[in-house]
Amino acid sequence: MDLTYSPADQAFRAEARAWLDAHVPAGPLPSLETEEGFAVHRAWEAELAADGWSVVSWPVAYGGRDCGLTRWLVFEEEYWAAGAPGRVGQNGVSLLAPTLFDHGTEEQRARVLPPMARGEVVWAQAWSEPEAGSDLASLRSRAVRTDGGWLLSGQKTWSSRAAFADRAFGLFRSEPDMPKPHQGLTYLMFDLRAQGVTVRPIGRLDGKPAFAELFLDEVFVPDEDVIGEPGQGWRVAMSTAGNERGLTLRSPGRFLASAQRLAALWHERGRDPYTRDRVADAVIGARAYQLFTYAAASRFLDGEPLGPESSLNKVFWSEYDIALHETALDLLGGEGELTDAEGGWGEGYVFSLAGPIYAGTNEIQRDIIAERLLGLPRGRR
Amino acid sequence: MRFLLDDEQTAFARSLDALLTAADTPAVVRAWGAGDHAAGRALWSRIAELGVFALAVPEAYEGVGARPVELAVAFVELGRHGVPGPVVETVAAGALLSGPGFAHLAKRFLPGVASGETVVTVALPGGGPYVLDGDVADVELSVCRDGGGELWVVQGGGDRAGLRSRVRRSLDPARRLVLPRPGGQVLAAGPQVVAGAADALCWARLATAAQALGVGLTLLDRTVAYVKQRSQFGVPVGSFQAVRHRLADAKIALEFARPLVFGAALTMDPADVAAAKVAACEAAYTTARTALQLHGAIGYTAEYDLSLWLTKARALRSAWGSPGECRGVVLGGGGIAHSGADFGAGDKFG
Repeated sequence: MDLTYSPADQAFRAEARAWLDAHVPAGPLPSLETEEGFAVHRAWEAELAADGWSVVSWPVAYGGRDCGLTRWLVFEEEYWAAGAPGRVGQNGVSLLAPTLFDHGTEEQRARVLPPMARGEVVWAQAWSEPEAGSDLASLRSRAVRTDGGWLLSGQKTWSSRAAFADRAFGLFRSEPDMPKPHQGLTYLMFDLRAQGVTVRPIGRLDGKPAFAELFLDEVFVPDEDVIGEPGQGWRVAMSTAGNERGLTLRSPGRFLASAQRLAALWHERGRDPYTRDRVADAVIGARAYQLFTYAAASRFLDGEPLGPESSLNKVFWSEYDIALHETALDLLGGEGELTDAEGGWGEGYVFSLAGPIYAGTNEIQRDIIAERLLGLPRGRR
Repeated sequence: MRFLLDDEQTAFARSLDALLTAADTPAVVRAWGAGDHAAGRALWSRIAELGVFALAVPEAYEGVGARPVELAVAFVELGRHGVPGPVVETVAAGALLSGPGFAHLAKRFLPGVASGETVVTVALPGGGPYVLDGDVADVELSVCRDGGGELWVVQGGGDRAGLRSRVRRSLDPARRLVLPRPGGQVLAAGPQVVAGAADALCWARLATAAQALGVGLTLLDRTVAYVKQRSQFGVPVGSFQAVRHRLADAKIALEFARPLVFGAALTMDPADVAAAKVAACEAAYTTARTALQLHGAIGYTAEYDLSLWLTKARALRSAWGSPGECRGVVLGGGGIAHSGADFGAGDKFG
């Protein structure tokens, strides 16, 4: 059991730190949930990609450094500690890309991944539907066979980043008569600017169009954009869901940096006694999340699957994120009410509120923990 | 970086678990709380044979050197089984007397600590006002701030009956609290006493955190087993979502406290140890509240064994630094004053 890094890992950390010191924008970028901010963040992705820092864990052939999970964790720690901007390409990088690595064809990887790494093609997730959220298998949008591909029809909703994104990936019902709802689904990628697609941006709590509704009317998708076998979409999608809840959606580096900033703010503001314990808990929580992730990464590198432990992870970080931001807003006092509250805490707070709702609600995650980790009997949801 | 227990450490935990399972530890706990310490002393010797008390004692004094990770492994098991006695205090004494400038004291006391022959209790600045199991211990050490730090000892035997009359009841009946005994002799004084006491406090907090984690794990295990077999409205209680979700929350709290305990054992940084103490004790206490609620009235009785862990979870929360004191260390101590990745993941681990 150890927490020490190899000399090569330390050299990697130093290299990342030096690059970030030289390149991270001096001031905060405009919110990536606005059209202007989206464009600026794309440019930042391109700048990262130009020197090979946008997707460090990917193979070199697709724009990465092939540096593995440990160095991904190191990079993330440095990235967020340097105060670098939020990542506009995260949906694609952390959700679609791992799916393509596991289930895609070589042709798909070569075509999709490099422009994703450069921020040229930003991806939105199109999973939820008006009647299918946490009960994802009840989705109803269809994929109907046609010459050389599929025709997609139906409605998707709550698609993060879809207001300004280029393409989307999601599940569609291709065999409507299967006995069980998770059978007969197909995983497809499609163009948000294709004929038959209508994107209706939805303002989140602060009014910013952070997500959108997608109306699909016989949208043509070629066969080459099916991931895995037609009809096997559920199995393909579940590997993505594990990634989403598990290691990659919220890197520990992000929370370490946020806790660090919160503690600094608390010291600056005269060590406010009313928030002291919560600030300490934010620091403790960030460290716990870091070390929990190190343990999970160690098991993963030993060849163990992530498994239902990722549900522990998801509930923890989503609740942690809200507590962290609430503490900061309380510490800011009257200024905490401002949407552009000092240090980005207001924007971060609004973002954090969605955590327990998406990627499988926390109630669903607790059911998974109860059944698969504690062995409790199945109950009515 | 491989943040997982190795096979040897896992085997060590298993052998302790097997020993304590076979020893009918709940009966030992109850006897100890009633002032009958024979079974507890016998168990103490067997724990010592597995090397637990040698883990904070240098090899020169018949220990195995400072092995905080193994110590944490051991104390999780002691907590899981509810082992009574000044186990944390004996470890703290080992750490205290291992410090520079105490060679003569180390030679005098530590071989007995490592072998389990000497049961030590200790009072340090930053711990509580009482010494644990002061009516049982062979040696009582205390550090006071007088004269820049003085180390006092009161040794063995003496007026046991008189001591017993001064035992204050803990919420955990197996913890017998006594104010430090008057008298005794000054063993050492000066800065090395202050430094040794700070180091010993760190070890005591780490051991307490690990013990609390173990207490929480048993509370969760026993409650999960209970809600699977207890039925209401014709179905197992454990099938109700309200019940399942409380247990899931307890599981989350414990599983995120665990890496803090082992991370602190690796760094032995006072802020990391304080963080582990807060998280493990809060997790154990949350689990205790959940365990009591989900057991219902049977859990509220002294006769049911669950009470042995319920009361300990509360007691450990205050022992060796309250949650508030430990949070203060987290904010004031190492890590926070630095910038960027130097917090938690910087040069210390790099």
